[in-house]
Amino acid sequence: MTTLTPRIVPRAVKPSSQRQQKSGRLVLRYALLSVILLFALFPFLWTLAIALTDKGAGGGSSIYDFPASLFPRHLTLNNFFDVYKTFSLGKYILNSVSISALTVIGTLVVSALAAYPLARFEFPGRKLIFTVIIATLVLPGETNFIVNTLTLQKLHLLGTHLGVVLPTVATAFGIFLMRQAFMGVPQALVEAARLDGASEARILWSVMLPLTVPSMAALAIFTLVTSWNAYFWPSLVLSSAPDSVPLSVAVLKLKGQFNYDPFNVAAGSLIMMVPILIIFLFAQRYFMRGLEGAVK
Amino acid sequence: MKPLPQTTLLAFIFLAPALLLLGAFTFYPMIYGVYLGFTEYGGARFAQGLGPKFVGLDNFRTLAGDELFWKGIANSLRYLLVVPVLQLASLAVAVLVNTQIPGIAFFRGAFYVPVVTSISLAAVMWEWVYNKDGTLNWLLEKLHVFSAGQGLSWLGNENTALYAVMFVTFWRGFGYYMVLYLAGLQGIPGELEEAARLDGATRWQLFWKITVPMMRPTILLCSLLSTIAALRALEEIVVLTNGGPLNSTYTSLMYVYSKAFQGFNFDYGLASAAGLVVSIVALGLSFVNFRFFGEQRSDS
Repeated sequence: MTTLTPRIVPRAVKPSSQRQQKSGRLVLRYALLSVILLFALFPFLWTLAIALTDKGAGGGSSIYDFPASLFPRHLTLNNFFDVYKTFSLGKYILNSVSISALTVIGTLVVSALAAYPLARFEFPGRKLIFTVIIATLVLPGETNFIVNTLTLQKLHLLGTHLGVVLPTVATAFGIFLMRQAFMGVPQALVEAARLDGASEARILWSVMLPLTVPSMAALAIFTLVTSWNAYFWPSLVLSSAPDSVPLSVAVLKLKGQFNYDPFNVAAGSLIMMVPILIIFLFAQRYFMRGLEGAVK
Repeated sequence: MKPLPQTTLLAFIFLAPALLLLGAFTFYPMIYGVYLGFTEYGGARFAQGLGPKFVGLDNFRTLAGDELFWKGIANSLRYLLVVPVLQLASLAVAVLVNTQIPGIAFFRGAFYVPVVTSISLAAVMWEWVYNKDGTLNWLLEKLHVFSAGQGLSWLGNENTALYAVMFVTFWRGFGYYMVLYLAGLQGIPGELEEAARLDGATRWQLFWKITVPMMRPTILLCSLLSTIAALRALEEIVVLTNGGPLNSTYTSLMYVYSKAFQGFNFDYGLASAAGLVVSIVALGLSFVNFRFFGEQRSDS
């Protein structure tokens, strides 16, 4: 409820008791924030500690040796190399890259193409089509995964990356986001391009897209993170092709190994998380903006 | 201006990929899934290349007599307990981070990290937390809730497993709803609060009389999203407990999944029928949400 403080115009002189109360509130706010921070990040910090632990040192070190396992004394990067070599993680990383790249490109192309006429053309059925697309957000899709695997089987796409990607690229979210962006492009620019004899495809490519880079970036990043992290659908489509699974599926398989090594599992998990964390660090604004756009 | 025929043609050419894909992978499965619910279609027929056979309400009769299905429905409804807790906490956190103090961007970003964490990674990490020798028990022993060695295996105990899984849902969700609520909070005009404050309203009154009513549309949206998500919770369960122990985390969607893909019978008909029931429950709950948060707006 202290949200209101920043909006108060600060007065030059304040009674000291009021000032004390205010700094007390600030301390309380930071304390609460720190507790939540620990809650949000604790699993990572512990996983990081495990991944960096030198399992060779201090004979039979256990991940459950508290608080020692939270603050490893001998740090090493060996677990990362070890897990990479023993489980040929490189293969799974390539699978993840392939699936994510296909998904991002597909989503951008399909969304931009569909959004352009919905935003800027006059044609019969425009409203209806838009409503139908948006309706997919609320319509029940609980059993879609059953029928979709049957469809993929008929198309001989079960067990392929294309099979994982195709059902996920046309989304109401992507089309809606791009439509909003295209609607914000000044009509004068479009008219000028039309007078110059540019085709609609040309206008989309050289007027619309360059002017909506932030929205495309937001959509690309959002899609990238979602597809990189996806577990359930890829594991279903690729259940018969264990060599084609992405990292997210492979990591869980690591855990089920009979010579289960928690230090390696922790390292493998973090290898999977690092690209996402880096992207998130640099593109945090886009996430928040994309989400806010979805609410309004 | 009358639309030109070639504009219409062009529009549909641009729309074609999206409409084709949505048709094939979103609308077709929805419709065909309903039909499958009234058919017998399983591994045996599938292997022989036979199509689904219409059997009327047989699948629904099977469901009604299947204790496991009812257990799934009950667990799914229990899973909904996460919704009010998650929404209240997210709103509270949003209020907490809706400020300009130094470092706040870092906190907002860090709270969002669980949202961008893959469920497989979350499963690895939380299993270590919930383990009998894990950090949760260690913490509880330090707080003298348990004496040494008395800790539970949180995911292995039928009384705690469902709540342990729900807590992971909570962990992965609060940052997401925090961002949605934050956007809503920043849309409240400052003058409104200023005026109320000048009238001598306390912070508590401000929150309940200004913030909450102004936030009603966002609260509706968020609780709707999270109700449907809770009812559809499946990934968490598959990776953490796979329905066990003793089916204590077996939800209705877990029933759909396991009838269709686990074991040897691949009963698509029965699975689709169960999915249809879940869909109807989901639609019903969305309607309740709308009534609850939508109606009160008209009195103000």
